Amino acid sequence: MFNLPARFIGTLAAAAMGASLAMSPASAADDTIKVGILHSLSGTMAISETTLKDTMLFLIDEQNKKGGVLGKKLEAVVVDPASDWPLFAEKARQLIEQDKVAAVFGCWTSSSRKSVLPVFEELNSMLFYPVQYEGEESSRNVFYTGAAPNQQAIPAVDYLAKEEGVERWVLAGTDYVYPQTTNKILKAYLNAKGVKDEDIMINYTPFGQSDWQTIVSDIKKFGSTGKKTAVVSTINGDANVPFYKELANQGIKAEDIPVVAFSVGEEELAGLDTKPLVGHLAAWNYFQSVDADANAEFIKEWHAYTKNDKRVTNDPMEATYIGFNMWVKAVEAAGTTDSNAVIDSIVGTSVPNLSGGYATMMPNHHITKPVLIGEVQDDGQFDIVYQTPGLVVGDEWSDYLPGSKDLISDWRKPMSCGNFNIVSGKCGGVTN
Amino acid sequence: MRLNRLLSVFILMLGVCCHIAQSNAQTVDDAKLRPLVQALAGDNFEDTTKAISDLVKTGDPRVSKILDALSAGDLYVAKADKTVFFGKRDGSDYAATDPLTGTKLDPVSRSAAEKIKVNNRLRRDIAAAIGGLTLMSDNITERRSAAEAILKTRDPESIPLLDQAIAVEKDTGVKALMQQAKAAAVLSSDAADDVKIAAITEVSAGNSRDALSLLTPLENVQGPVGEAAKAAIDSINTKLAFWNAIQNVVYGLSLGSVLLLAAIGLAITFGVMGVINMAHGEMVMIGAYTTFVVQQIIRTSAPGMFDYSLLIALPAAFLVSGGIGVVIERGIIRFLYGRPLETLLATWGISLVLQQAIRSWFGASNVQVGNPSWMAGSFDLGLLTLTWSRLWIIVFSLSVFAIVQLVLKKTMLGLRMRAVTQNRRMASSMGIRTPWVDALTFGLGSGIAGIAGVALSQIDNVSPNLGQGYIIDSFMVVVFGGVGNLWGTLVGAMSLGIANKFLEPFAGAVLGKIVVLVLIIMFIQKRPRGLFALKGRAIEA
Repeated sequence: MFNLPARFIGTLAAAAMGASLAMSPASAADDTIKVGILHSLSGTMAISETTLKDTMLFLIDEQNKKGGVLGKKLEAVVVDPASDWPLFAEKARQLIEQDKVAAVFGCWTSSSRKSVLPVFEELNSMLFYPVQYEGEESSRNVFYTGAAPNQQAIPAVDYLAKEEGVERWVLAGTDYVYPQTTNKILKAYLNAKGVKDEDIMINYTPFGQSDWQTIVSDIKKFGSTGKKTAVVSTINGDANVPFYKELANQGIKAEDIPVVAFSVGEEELAGLDTKPLVGHLAAWNYFQSVDADANAEFIKEWHAYTKNDKRVTNDPMEATYIGFNMWVKAVEAAGTTDSNAVIDSIVGTSVPNLSGGYATMMPNHHITKPVLIGEVQDDGQFDIVYQTPGLVVGDEWSDYLPGSKDLISDWRKPMSCGNFNIVSGKCGGVTN
Repeated sequence: MRLNRLLSVFILMLGVCCHIAQSNAQTVDDAKLRPLVQALAGDNFEDTTKAISDLVKTGDPRVSKILDALSAGDLYVAKADKTVFFGKRDGSDYAATDPLTGTKLDPVSRSAAEKIKVNNRLRRDIAAAIGGLTLMSDNITERRSAAEAILKTRDPESIPLLDQAIAVEKDTGVKALMQQAKAAAVLSSDAADDVKIAAITEVSAGNSRDALSLLTPLENVQGPVGEAAKAAIDSINTKLAFWNAIQNVVYGLSLGSVLLLAAIGLAITFGVMGVINMAHGEMVMIGAYTTFVVQQIIRTSAPGMFDYSLLIALPAAFLVSGGIGVVIERGIIRFLYGRPLETLLATWGISLVLQQAIRSWFGASNVQVGNPSWMAGSFDLGLLTLTWSRLWIIVFSLSVFAIVQLVLKKTMLGLRMRAVTQNRRMASSMGIRTPWVDALTFGLGSGIAGIAGVALSQIDNVSPNLGQGYIIDSFMVVVFGGVGNLWGTLVGAMSLGIANKFLEPFAGAVLGKIVVLVLIIMFIQKRPRGLFALKGRAIEA
C-alpha cells in the first residue's frame, strides 16, 4: 500500500516548484541554459504526459550532476498546456519568446504537435517530439524521436503474418489522425502483400469509448471464418482498459485472436488485471523488460529519483532520453545553443539507446530504432518475443501511400528540404 | 514456416498416439528425461518446439505438468548452470523446485534466472499436446479442456485418439464435445464425402460460431460436401441474424443501465433540485476511487474478503461522495440558488479542483480495481455471449432506481424533498428546515453518483478523468427523459442505449453517436420538456 500523505506532500512540493520555475524567468541567472518542457499536466492527456515531464526533470538533474552543458547548469522551465491544443501554441510561444529556452521537449498527440509546429518554424527554435506518430511530416525545427509507422506498425504486421499465420485483419482505432493514417498505410501494405479487402475490417471509435460489447462481438464474428484473425489496435489512451476488459470477459484469448497494440505500454497496463490478457502483443522500440545494462542502470536511477520503485518506464520515456542526449551532444559539438548551429550539428549524432544499441539522428530528423514485439505478462510487463535483426530508419513519407511515396526529406545543406519529390526533382512537390 | 509448424504438431500428435498405444503411462528414467527438460530452455522458439515434441514422445506422466508450467510461464532457467526449475516469486528470489522430482531446491535470486519464453504459437502447441496427453485423464475438467484444445487444432491425426476416448467417456457433455472435436478433425482430413457430410451435420448442431469457422472454408468445394456446407452455413446465418437482433436489445439494455446509473444521481441534483451540477461526474469518479481504496485495504489486511469488496465499497462510496456533496452544497451552492449560470461555472470549477486533487493524490495513471470472481467471465445464452459484469450492472442499476423511488415516495425525507422543491416557502412555513433538506437532497444525489462509481469501476478505467466521460451522457439522459421525473430518466436511458446499439453495427460507433445526438436535439425541439414532462406550478417557478 502506498503512503498517501507523503506522496501528497511530495506532489504539492513538486507542483509548487514547477509553478515557481515557470513564473520566475527574470530571476534566473545568466550562467544557466534554459530547457522548455511542454507536456500536459492536467486534462485528459495528463495520464500519459506527466511521466514525460518527470523524465525530463530527472534527465536535467542527472546532466547537472555531470556538470551541465558547456559549463553551464541546465534549468527546466515547466509549463502546463492542459491538454488544450491551441494552448500548446501559446505556451510554446511563451517558452521561446519570454523564457528564451534553448530547446523544447514536449507534445504527445499529433494535434498538439500540429498546433505548435508553425510557432517553432516562425521563431526558429527546436522541438523534440518523443511519441510514435503517423509520419507524413518533416520540419527543419522538429526532431521526431518516436517511431514512424515503418518502425512500429509494419514490423508488427509482418510478425503476426509470419509467426502466427494471420490472414484476416481487424484494424481498430480511435477516430483521429494517427490511427487513420496508420490504418491507411497498413491497408495499402496488406493489399500489396495480397490480402483481399474482404479480409480487412476497419473500425473507428470515439475518444474514451467505454462500451465495447458490440465491437468485440463483431470481431469475434469476423474471426470465425476459419482463417487466423488478429486485431491491430491503434486505440488510444483511456479507451484501452474497457476494450481489454471486454475482450477478457467475452473469453477472447490471445491464442484465438491476438491483439497487437501500438499505443499500449507499461503505463497503460497499470490500470488492468493483466492475467486474462497474457499473450496479447504490443510493438514498441523499447520495453521496460529489455535485458540491457543501460536499461537496468536507467531504471535504477529513475526509481531512486522518483523515490518509488514501482514507477514503470516506457517507450516515450526512452525516446525522451534519446532526444535529450542527442541535443546535449549536438550543443557540445556546436559549442553554442544557437538553433541554426545545433540544427546543423545534430544530424548524424549517435547516442546510446536503452536496448543496448545506438540511435542516430538521420537527415530527415527521424532516428534509427530497433523494433521489438512484446507479449503481455501477468505482472503487467512485456516479454520480448521478437526483435528486428538490425536498426530501422524512420521513414517520414510512407512508401505505401500514393501521395507521399515519391517524397523524401533531407535537412542537410544544400538540399535542406522536407518534401523533395524524387520524380519531379523539385522541393515542395506533391505527387499528382 | 507453416509446414514446419504442421510438422511439429504432427510430431506432437504422433508422440501422443504412441503413448496412448502403450496404453499405460510409462515412467521414464530421470536421467533420460532430464536432458529433454533442459532442452526446453533453447535459444529460440524452434528449439523449444522441438524439445516439447521430444518430451511428449516419452509419454512420461510428469510431462503434462511440466508443459503446463511452461505455458503458464512458471518454468525458469538459471543463468549460470542452465538448470531448469519450477519457480515461484518470493521477494527478490524465486522459490525453486525440481521439475522432475518435485524436491525443493535452493532459492535462486531473480537476477540470476530467466523465464523460459513462450509465445502464442507455443502456448497453442502446448495446449494441443497436453490435450492429447490428458484426453484419457481421470479428471473431468482436464478431459474437457483436452477436447477443447483438439477442437481448436482440428488435427486429423487425433481422430483415432478421439475414437478411443469417446468409447469410454461417461459424461454426456464432454462426450458431445469430443464428438464435435472429432467431426472438426474429420472435416480437415481427406475422408470420404459421406463421412464428411455426416460430420457437417454433427458440427452444425454444436456452437454456431465454431461451426461457421469450420464450414466457411468448405463452402467453395465442388460436389456434395460443398453443397452440404453451404446449406448448413445458410441455416446458421439465419439463426445468427435472429440472435443478432436479440443481442442488440440486450447490449442496448446494458449500455442503458450504465447511463441510468450515471444519470440517476443527476436526476436528483439537476432534475429535482434544479442545480446544474457539472461536478456530478467527479462524484462518480470519487466513488470509483473509494472502491480502489477499499480494495487496497482488503488486499493488505484481509485478502480472503476480496469477493465482498464491492459490497463494502457501496456504503463507503455512498458516504464519501454524499459527504463531499453535502460540503459542496453547504459551502458553495447554497449561495447560488436561482443563479444557474454562476452555479454552472462554480460546479465546473469544483469538478476541476476535485480532478486535480485526485490526480495529485493517487497519480495521473489509472489505478487497478479488480473484479471479484463473481463478476468476471461470461456465459452463453443461445448464441449470445453475456458477461457477468454487465449483467450484474443491469440488475444493480434497476435496484438503485427502485430504492431511490422508494426513498422519494415512501420516506419522510422524500416527502420533505418533494415538498421543498414544489413550494419552498410553503414547506418552510410548515416547519421544514429547507436548508437542511437542500443539503441532504444534494448529498443523496451525490451519494448515488458515488455508488454508480463503484459499479462503473468494474467496466471502465479508474482515472481522474472517469467522470468527464459520463457528464454529457448523464445530462443528455436527464434532459431527454424529462427534468424532474425519475421514470423519464429510466426510459430515457434505456431508449438511448438501445438506439445506440441498433445504430452501431451499420453506422459505426462514431456516426452512431452523432445520429443519436441529432435525434435528441430534434426531439427536444419538438418537446422541450423531454419525454415525461412535469406539469404544474413547480416548473413555472
